[in-house]
Amino acid sequence: MSTQTVTVDTGTRVRPATTGRRKRRGENRAGWGLATPFLVFYVLFLIGPTVYGIVMSFFNSSLQHSGLGGFAGPDNYTEALTSSDFWQSMWHTVLFTLLTTPPLVALALMLAIFTDRLSRGRWFYRLVFFAPYVIPSAAMALIWVWLYTPEIGLWDKWLTAIGISSPPNWLADPNWAMISVALATVWWTLGFNFVLYLAGLQEIPRELYEAASVDGASRWHQLRRITIPLLNRTTALVLVLQIIASLKIFDQIFLMTSGGPNYSTRPLLEYVYDIGFTDFRTGYAAAASMLYFLVILAVSLVWFFASRRPQRGA
Amino acid sequence: MAAEGYALSRRSLLRGAGLIGLGGLVSGCGSAFASGVAGTGPPPNTLSYWNLLGGGDGTRMQAMQDAYQKQHPNVALDAVVLAWGNPYYTKVSLATLGQRPPDVAISHLTRASILAQAGLLEPLNENELTPYGLTGDHFTPTAWNMAHTNGTLYAIPLDTHPLVMYYNTDICKKAGLLGKDGSLKNLDDPAALTDALTAAKKVTGAYGGVVSINNDTATQWRFFSTLYYQLGGSVLEDDGKTIVLDDAKAEKVLSLIQNLVKQGLIPTSVDYPGAITTFVTGKAGFYFEGDWEITTYETAKTPFSMTAFPNVFGGRYAVQADSHSFVLPKDPSRTDATRKQIFVFIRSLLGQSSTWAQGGHIPAWLPFQKSAAYDKLKPASNYKHVANYVRYDDRAWYSGSGSDFENIMGFAIGAVSAGQMAPVAAIADMRSKLVQYANTPSPV
Repeated sequence: MSTQTVTVDTGTRVRPATTGRRKRRGENRAGWGLATPFLVFYVLFLIGPTVYGIVMSFFNSSLQHSGLGGFAGPDNYTEALTSSDFWQSMWHTVLFTLLTTPPLVALALMLAIFTDRLSRGRWFYRLVFFAPYVIPSAAMALIWVWLYTPEIGLWDKWLTAIGISSPPNWLADPNWAMISVALATVWWTLGFNFVLYLAGLQEIPRELYEAASVDGASRWHQLRRITIPLLNRTTALVLVLQIIASLKIFDQIFLMTSGGPNYSTRPLLEYVYDIGFTDFRTGYAAAASMLYFLVILAVSLVWFFASRRPQRGA
Repeated sequence: MAAEGYALSRRSLLRGAGLIGLGGLVSGCGSAFASGVAGTGPPPNTLSYWNLLGGGDGTRMQAMQDAYQKQHPNVALDAVVLAWGNPYYTKVSLATLGQRPPDVAISHLTRASILAQAGLLEPLNENELTPYGLTGDHFTPTAWNMAHTNGTLYAIPLDTHPLVMYYNTDICKKAGLLGKDGSLKNLDDPAALTDALTAAKKVTGAYGGVVSINNDTATQWRFFSTLYYQLGGSVLEDDGKTIVLDDAKAEKVLSLIQNLVKQGLIPTSVDYPGAITTFVTGKAGFYFEGDWEITTYETAKTPFSMTAFPNVFGGRYAVQADSHSFVLPKDPSRTDATRKQIFVFIRSLLGQSSTWAQGGHIPAWLPFQKSAAYDKLKPASNYKHVANYVRYDDRAWYSGSGSDFENIMGFAIGAVSAGQMAPVAAIADMRSKLVQYANTPSPV
């Protein structure tokens, strides 16, 4: 879609008006042609399944039978909305988002500023902070499960060494399990936001800092009055990408705790997985994921409207 | 001229490259791609076989397949190993619904029953099996019985794998738990079990025994259900529509577990690999798990032996178990010739039960189970007598190996084992979750 708009734009600007229309139509066609391979996949693997999922959520579909199964009307939605398990797992997803988003935004900003100010060895810190991001979730889960292993794990060893005699029971204590997974996630995905912030920092003209220091602004003032305000747009982007990424939580929890201990970390996507694949109730699972889709949609809309306003003003 | 030539050559280069790529796709991946797109199916004389066997079991199954292949060089055996657990059964279901199932697949008996109810398995006619010797009198009766669903045979059992007790012979000897002949003292009593664990703890300086808890609902369920079955309890009836969980019996079992925890006899926070490490490093004298970890301890050269899980509550002996079995996913296009080939294959693998039994599983094939050769296989044959006293998960669409039934039970039991929940609260937890499933119409 976007490809097409761009072609039309350049077409009208450069070509004279007389030949423009025919030319435009030709380029229009070429645009669609170029977009076709993508559109085919998009419809086949995204739009199609989504529509099928919406339809399925109104049926008692089962993994063990072909076809949609009996019509259920709004029953699946009623069941989800009145299920304590559904709301509990929804809360776990939100809790995870609340636990991971602030540190992933704030820490990424701090580390980016730190790295940006270095005069030597910048490449090293960039690599160090970004490297964990390229590890697959399965490997990351393995490493952190080892770190968290009671008694013989590295965390316990280190904490005992510095005098904390009874470290928390990381993944096995219902009060700590979610925090432990969040901690591992911050380490793992920090690199992405870090890179976005680094890019944002490089966009800020150096002259501003020079002028500010000539005027006698301290480093702290420069940070507060120049760096952070000029990074506003980056922050808005990082924030929404992070919220959506955190809401998608599944892999780490599935691999590290399976939603335990005693369901205390099961996120919504694992609930959907459990009822869909373990319990074969794909119709109900579709309804639960549609409700979850609405939550993500709401978040995206809030961002959409929030990010449009400042642009108009500017 | 040069520029035009360049443009032409670039275009033709791309075209050429595209053709080469497409050609490669069609010819290179020929068999799979073409047959997948055209739906022609694999060439005749292919026998496709899916299983979920990894580790030592995987190696032994491979050896058995190789032996079959040597005897039947004309059959192209196409064996696929998939990861254990729910995804495996999802694949079997979807492949069958999509009419491209394997000819034969391994399934747990508790899962075969669900697949059979969903109509995804071929019923097996016992007359048809007679020429291959695949008759009821050649199999462990309990397993053969479980292989039937609503009176029809749907699976051919390969083994029975019960929960067993592993013990470190050095530690138990020092703790005075071994008799003069080297066998373990009788632990058929809650006090005897607790005393033995206490004695072992004194020797190890850490724990008496170990049961995996963290991120492992299945092991918790095995441990609890064995004790609960020994009290004569059941959890589900009427295909899962009725919950018959006996609070008093469950509380008795959970109190025993709580007691072990309070005395520090078993660790309260340990995952599956952690439990193995605890046993291998001699921090625990006893290890409770299914029979399949035998290879792990043989490889680690741990001084160990295995025996049947003690009859702690002294009722009719019972122990939790499941079985691997062979099933034929439904395929309307399967010919009689292929069907015959499948039975020959199954018979060949069963005939190699001596290889299979090295993995600790009790072979279901009685001609081997009753042989002197199996008796000599130690410690694997120490607990062979339990094969006829095992209990499978109560039948329900939501129970069985890797099911949410085991998750619900295992999570609540695990909370008691971790010292986080009192038995009464755990039982209330189990019941409130099970009720939701009992009230849901079966999707199967």
